[in-house]
Amino acid sequence: MSIVVCAEQRDGSLRKITFEALSEGKRLAEASGETLKALLIGSGIAGLADELKKYGVDEVAVVDNEALAAYAADSYAAVLGAYIAQENPALVLFGHSAVGKELAPRTAAKVDCGLVSDCIAISFADGDYLFSHPVYAGKAIGKYKVAGPVRMATLRPNVFAVAESEGAGAVVDFAPEITASKVTITGAEMASGDRPELTEADIICSGGRGLGGPEGFALIEGLADALGAAVGSSRAAVDAGWREHAAQVGQTGKVVSPNLYVASGISGAIQHLAGMGSSKYIVGINKDGEANIFNVADYGVEGDLNKVIPALIEKLKELQ
Amino acid sequence: MEFVYSDEERMMLQMSKGFAEKEVKPIAKEVDKEHKYPAENVKKMGELGLMGVSVPVEYEGSGMSNICYAIAIEEISRQCASTGVIMSVNNSLACDPVKIFGTEEQKLKYLADMASGRKLGCLGLTEPNAGSDAANLQTTAVLDGDEWVINGRKIFITNGNEADYCVLIAATDKSQGHRGISAFIVDLDNPGFSVGTLEDKLGIRGSSTAELVFEDCRIPKENLLGEVGKGFKVALTTLDGGRIGIASQALGIARAAIEDATAYAKERVQFGKPIAKLQAIQWMLADLSTHYEAARLLTHRAAYLKDQGQPFGKEAAMAKLMAAETAMKAATQGIQILGGYGYTTDYPLERYFRDAKITEIYEGTSEVMRLVIATNVLK
Amino acid sequence: MKIVACIKQTFDTEAKIVIGGDGQISDEGVNLIVNPYDEFAVEEAIRTKEKDGGEVVVVTVGGDKAQEALRYCLAMGADRAVLINDPALVGADSGAVSVALAKLLSEKEAGFDIIFAGKEAVDYGAAQVPSRLAEKLDLAQANVVTAFELSDGKATATREIDGGSETLELALPALISAQKGLNEVRYPSLPGIMKAKRKPLEVLALADLGLSADDVASKIELVSAELPPARKAGQRLTGEVDEVVAKLVQLLQEEAKVI
Ligand SMILES: Cc1cc2nc3c(=O)[nH]c(=O)nc-3n(C[C@H](O)[C@H](O)[C@H](O)COP(=O)(O)OP(=O)(O)OC[C@H]3O[C@@H](n4cnc5c(N)ncnc54)[C@H](O)[C@@H]3O)c2cc1C
Ligand SMILES: Cc1cc2nc3c(=O)[nH]c(=O)nc-3n(C[C@H](O)[C@H](O)[C@H](O)COP(=O)(O)OP(=O)(O)OC[C@H]3O[C@@H](n4cnc5c(N)ncnc54)[C@H](O)[C@@H]3O)c2cc1C
Repeated sequence: MSIVVCAEQRDGSLRKITFEALSEGKRLAEASGETLKALLIGSGIAGLADELKKYGVDEVAVVDNEALAAYAADSYAAVLGAYIAQENPALVLFGHSAVGKELAPRTAAKVDCGLVSDCIAISFADGDYLFSHPVYAGKAIGKYKVAGPVRMATLRPNVFAVAESEGAGAVVDFAPEITASKVTITGAEMASGDRPELTEADIICSGGRGLGGPEGFALIEGLADALGAAVGSSRAAVDAGWREHAAQVGQTGKVVSPNLYVASGISGAIQHLAGMGSSKYIVGINKDGEANIFNVADYGVEGDLNKVIPALIEKLKELQ
Repeated sequence: MEFVYSDEERMMLQMSKGFAEKEVKPIAKEVDKEHKYPAENVKKMGELGLMGVSVPVEYEGSGMSNICYAIAIEEISRQCASTGVIMSVNNSLACDPVKIFGTEEQKLKYLADMASGRKLGCLGLTEPNAGSDAANLQTTAVLDGDEWVINGRKIFITNGNEADYCVLIAATDKSQGHRGISAFIVDLDNPGFSVGTLEDKLGIRGSSTAELVFEDCRIPKENLLGEVGKGFKVALTTLDGGRIGIASQALGIARAAIEDATAYAKERVQFGKPIAKLQAIQWMLADLSTHYEAARLLTHRAAYLKDQGQPFGKEAAMAKLMAAETAMKAATQGIQILGGYGYTTDYPLERYFRDAKITEIYEGTSEVMRLVIATNVLK
Repeated sequence: MKIVACIKQTFDTEAKIVIGGDGQISDEGVNLIVNPYDEFAVEEAIRTKEKDGGEVVVVTVGGDKAQEALRYCLAMGADRAVLINDPALVGADSGAVSVALAKLLSEKEAGFDIIFAGKEAVDYGAAQVPSRLAEKLDLAQANVVTAFELSDGKATATREIDGGSETLELALPALISAQKGLNEVRYPSLPGIMKAKRKPLEVLALADLGLSADDVASKIELVSAELPPARKAGQRLTGEVDEVVAKLVQLLQEEAKVI
């Protein structure tokens, strides 16, 4: 049997989460003795198969069809359903990305299997997989088993390490019957600028009410540029209209786990921590020595952000 | 005896708590600091039905119980005591007397306007020489043809600066003492009326406390509320109900102080551990929580009796007395728990402290509450 | 028009999570609320009705207490509520919940034009039920929606995607899962609360839907729950701004090795 990774591409480039899922898939395949396969869906994307081979896949199944040029949950789930019916894998992995969050459950309903969403760890022991999924916004971690034969999981981005490895690397075509989507995409708008996407970023600089106004975000953007970071926000700053909701980190915003999270003028409310508590390193910049952010920060800078951030930007520039 | 919320009460709690946290809390500090009347929120409260909670639906009220009313006032006052008293005065001191003593025409016009939030009401009772001794009124109303002519000054009137209508208590026959007092509904859009001095106060600074000036203020004859000579009864009955509102306001302030002090005590570390681990702090919190719960039970019991149409004057006085003293104690000890931080305006404890004090004074001082209770006990 | 809103009752987001003696998360003394994202769904359902007419039916799978959540939605302005409550559904996984809902919505409550749901529940954060339901009912779906419009029997939705947003056109019937920003949720008015007491709330067991316990057997099993390792406060950097900044950069480079 096999472990299948549903590869995610957008406009002809593979998403980082796909490499993370393949690397984790490989590790699990070695533990369980399964083969690792990837399913690549799209139009004119056959060339991407080579890139997938770097992560130890034994086989890449390519579904290349014009009707699948744009991602849609219903038509993609139909393809996955057909592939799973043919392949009967033990485990199917998706990224917990905007696409995976929608496609995985839709596919799970199609093939009637159990799915654990937003996993931060998967292990294989005693002949079964154990999935760890943070619940209550990370306030607890649930460990789950899934009744087979097919199991599914979506993986939280930025948590699983990427590692290249060897695999048989065969590429096969898969050509199921395509069902037309009931949905038409009429437009798309990508956030401008070349800052990384919040959930994929290695470094995130966030600002809160302590910035004092929308102009305060200029400081955060300056720092983000110096670090090659994405920009996030607390809810207070979003509610005040200083930043769009897409930038909100926390329980009712994005859940992120970068290597470095710099929180400036953010008090560290429990709902904010729910979104960034799993960051590897946290820096808190706050003028209030009692601010809760200092209870979780690896490095706590007690001071006025209007002085600290410009000095920090200067220092980082010196290094470059 | 059952101590559980009904569906209605639970929804009221959830709704008023949500509204208070999302709409009232964010501006509470500014309302206090800038002496700012929260007009926008008062309007929203009208739309939600909070300005006429226990007024029947026929008069555009919400038709809910007094327990629901108490719950809502507590939640609003938990975040902002100024907003709490604005609501309480409109509900208890302006709507209630019209609901109880008004004619059908008065209810359809004045009660409906106030209960729906289209208009704001106030109660004009206190005068320079009539505080606790409320019957010693100097303001007079004299019938002249089809109109009453009012002359005199009222002081310390909550909502006085913004109100559209006033339930006015005035002397119609001074020789008769409290039997010569009558109640009126005054539309304040009247050339004989003006707002005098606005008080600068210790607390509840977002609600106006105004002097009302009546100079040959002529109102239609039919705006008499109740019967001639029965106005003192109107005043006393109104204040009995109002005390449930003020008790609930005090509960809100007490809870704010207790919750904030508890949260702080868990975080503030001295001598290597959170101060919440110190028995001295624990006992303060234990006592305050006990007083708060006791006051809340008294308040809800008074509201329950009112809902049942039973006498509740003694219980309302007990509730207000206990809740007001609890609010004051909670605010004082709350500041104590925060130490120097509690004394600064960085934390809201000092605001709770300033707001709490008024609950021991208005709608009958704590001394007057004891008087009312004693009179009942010794009956 | 028949508009359905799917809701779930969840813990208050401020709730402290305690693991009980049985290794499971305890709900003792926890304040329960309507899942915040579901409130956006209910709000959008009511707005759609206010604009285009019809009725709003709120549905949930849950225990007795879930009636409180449904009543809250009725107080907001929904017309009717249906609760699927069955011992076999206690602890049901997303798959089982969507089986029960799909059965309800394809038979007893068939004939809907649109279903709104929250993008995920803040308790388990699985975000599965809306997509599973869309599949089972063979519906067009838009997930994580921040803007919605209905005209001439066609739905237009803007949904969040990684790094941007997309506008979709969907044929009805369709399923929309709501994200924050879709609308401003109303508070139930007091008259609304009073009316809610008299609105119909139907409670159905699995048998009433023609389902058996086997049909809703969970495929995933919570083996254990544990609290995450507590993050400890790290170093506090104080002093002159220049020194602090230099120290911070040094730590990030040499100790954390993240820049
Ligand atoms: C249901 C629900 C969901 C929620 N979801 C989220 C969520 O997803 N994300 C989220 O963030 N919040 C969320 N919240 C809100 C959360 O409770 C907090 O209100 C919010 O995180 C506070 O934002 P803040 O830290 O920016 O503001 P504040 O708490 O006001 O903190 C501002 C901080 O800035 C500091 N500061 C001020 N000036 C300076 C200066 N010059 N230099 C340095 N520091 C300064 C202050 O000391 C203070 O600590 C949610 C709340 C609820 C009820
Ligand atoms: C902010 C604010 C808002 C108010 N809002 C309104 C309003 O909307 N409408 C309105 O009509 N009034 C209002 N009042 C007036 C308020 O109700 C009176 O201030 C209150 O009843 C006390 O009257 P007084 O101030 O004249 O004090 P006094 O009656 O002069 O009392 C002074 C002291 O003597 C004590 N005392 C008096 N008599 C006795 C007694 N018999 N036995 C024992 N002790 C006694 C009192 O308890 C107090 O300690 C408001 C007052 C304030 C400050």
